Amino acid sequence: MADTTAPQSTAAVLGRREEGAMLGISRTSRYIAHAILILGVIVVAFPIYYTFVASTHSLQTILRPPLPLLPGDRFFDNYYQALFGGVGRIGGVSVDLLLFNTTVMALGIAVGKIIISVLSAFAIVFFRFPGRMFFFWVIFITLMLPVEVRILPTYKVMVDLGLIDTYTGLILPLMASATATLLFRQFFLTIPGELVEAARVDGAGPWRFFKDILLPLSKTNIAALFVIMFIYGWTQYLWPLLVTNRNDMNTIVIALRKMISFADADTQWHLVMVTSILAILPPIMVVLFMQRWFVKGLVETEK
Amino acid sequence: MATVELKDVRKTYGGRVEAVKGVSIDIPDGAMCVLVGPSGCGKSTLLRMIAGLEEITSGTVSIGGEVVNTRGPAERDIAMVFQNYALYPHMKVYDNMAYGLRNRGMAKDEIDRRVREAAATLGLAELLERRPRELSGGQRQRVAMGRAIVRSPKAFLFDEPLSNLDAKLRGQMRIEIKNLQRALGVTSVYVTHDQVEAMTLADTLVVMNGGIAEQIDTPMAIYEKPASIFVAGFIGSPAMNLLAAHGAEQGKGLTLASGGAIKPRDLAAPEAGRQVLLGVRPEHLTLVSDSKNADIEMKVTAVETLGADTLAHGRPVAGDARGGELIARLPGSVRISEDDVLPLAIDAGAAHLFDAGTGKRI
Ligand SMILES: Nc1ncnc2c1ncn2[C@@H]1O[C@H](COP(=O)(O)OP(=O)(O)OP(=O)(O)O)[C@@H](O)[C@H]1O
Ligand SMILES: [Mg+2]
Repeated sequence: MADTTAPQSTAAVLGRREEGAMLGISRTSRYIAHAILILGVIVVAFPIYYTFVASTHSLQTILRPPLPLLPGDRFFDNYYQALFGGVGRIGGVSVDLLLFNTTVMALGIAVGKIIISVLSAFAIVFFRFPGRMFFFWVIFITLMLPVEVRILPTYKVMVDLGLIDTYTGLILPLMASATATLLFRQFFLTIPGELVEAARVDGAGPWRFFKDILLPLSKTNIAALFVIMFIYGWTQYLWPLLVTNRNDMNTIVIALRKMISFADADTQWHLVMVTSILAILPPIMVVLFMQRWFVKGLVETEK
Repeated sequence: MATVELKDVRKTYGGRVEAVKGVSIDIPDGAMCVLVGPSGCGKSTLLRMIAGLEEITSGTVSIGGEVVNTRGPAERDIAMVFQNYALYPHMKVYDNMAYGLRNRGMAKDEIDRRVREAAATLGLAELLERRPRELSGGQRQRVAMGRAIVRSPKAFLFDEPLSNLDAKLRGQMRIEIKNLQRALGVTSVYVTHDQVEAMTLADTLVVMNGGIAEQIDTPMAIYEKPASIFVAGFIGSPAMNLLAAHGAEQGKGLTLASGGAIKPRDLAAPEAGRQVLLGVRPEHLTLVSDSKNADIEMKVTAVETLGADTLAHGRPVAGDARGGELIARLPGSVRISEDDVLPLAIDAGAAHLFDAGTGKRI
């Protein structure tokens, strides 16, 4: 065949273009750019670093300012105490159960939101049914009602359904998401009609089309939403506070709050710091893990 | 393999826009039928109704003798090649071709055999592991063809499959499609607005205009005997000249608006006074020595030198041509320039007559 010089993969093209752009920048301005970036990173990362430093010192050291800038020698002691010495601390609940609760809630919200919003966007974009636009607008309008506004009626419903102190109660009310539905709708609208028709000619029914074509094409979007929703669920405060009474149903954020007594001296600050560090680890891991998908998605997407 | 028959097929969008206004076509088994016409004439709509992608407002579509009006695209056993290829971007070339077969529950080794066979035919064997974005336009086009071939469907449907390729590749792919279609003997419907493509590919050519089929015949028959001034103007490049004329006295042929009298040999002369249009292809205007022998005189406004031919564009000195323009295809050796007045003779034997009112061939 005459015309088979394979076009550069998009990745290669992107890489080259970036390099080219870099070469065009002078050395000085590159240093300045880096200095600004590093400054930004320090500003953002310092509190986290300081939390980590505090988590490796004894309570006495923390309470006697100034706090050293370097980690201390109590790393193993503090973390051991926080993880395994739990009895009587956060209402008698160990940190791993709290982390488990929070993971269940964050995963439930993230996965549930994605499933619901992908399916509803699928229905709205690819099917004609009576009241389609009505449903779309109903979903759209809920955008204007944040959780806090509808928290009382929602709480009442949860009480009536006996869902207080259950995972369902924690997850369900936070699952419906107009934002995610809209995002998927916008993405689905960019899928060319020809592709849909090709699938129809190829004998793919709605379900096959969804599973074999729509979902794989939405990979990047799903990964991005998953991260955002996971962190959203992980950091929820108000709702878990309301809907859980038992200590063993607490999330880590609630527990952290409970660890901090009003009297400063009673607070085990070193353990609070350890728990804080433990609390941010899972979201960081999710971001790091999902990052691969983002980058891949960004490089692979073609328009 | 099967015949495809359309009977008085109509399509009305949203109860108002009438896109296809009653088209009937019989496509014999294994033939290539090309739908050609200007933009918006309803070609794609008609094709999509055959494919089952668009509901048929009235009339019937039969494939292989069975009316398929109510069947979905997958149950009609057709394969379609789209203008933008519509390859699944996340699937490898292999899976793109295999997908339709898998959905039909075909055995794995049979799928493999068919995909590899099609890939070999199309020169895609090396590319089976690539994804569409790693292919050139021509290769993507081939994959789209492959996806159609592996299915061994009753009919192929093409909607402007070559319009995204550059001119050279288009010419090459045109021949490949033609050969492939011949070799496989699959009944095909091919939509294009490129008349060269239409002429070269078609066994049956359908010239469409405003939702109706103006003429259905072999390409040569249409070229030689266009049924209307629309077809005359659309098929052939440059377009046919249309000169205003009217019937002369009994037996005298016709009188051009420019004053010249002409007696087209094979054409029945119109009754005296009837307003007609005389159709003359640019190659049937010949340069003569002086105005005494000329049927019409043309003042040149532009000259296109093509090498073998020279195209002279101009206006008739007297009389009237449709669109006000005349084009003559003269031998390349003729030297002319702008503002020359050319005496031209009309090859009466090759001329066409159309009614000036209805635009139909007389
Ligand atoms: N979904 C639709 N709703 C309403 N009108 C439509 C729709 N699709 C096409 N039409 C109209 O029907 C007519 C025929 O359209 P069609 O797409 O068949 O044209 P075409 O011959 O394929 O043109 P082109 O060469 O530009 O592709 C056009 O006037 C178009 O505006
Ligand atoms: Mg079209």
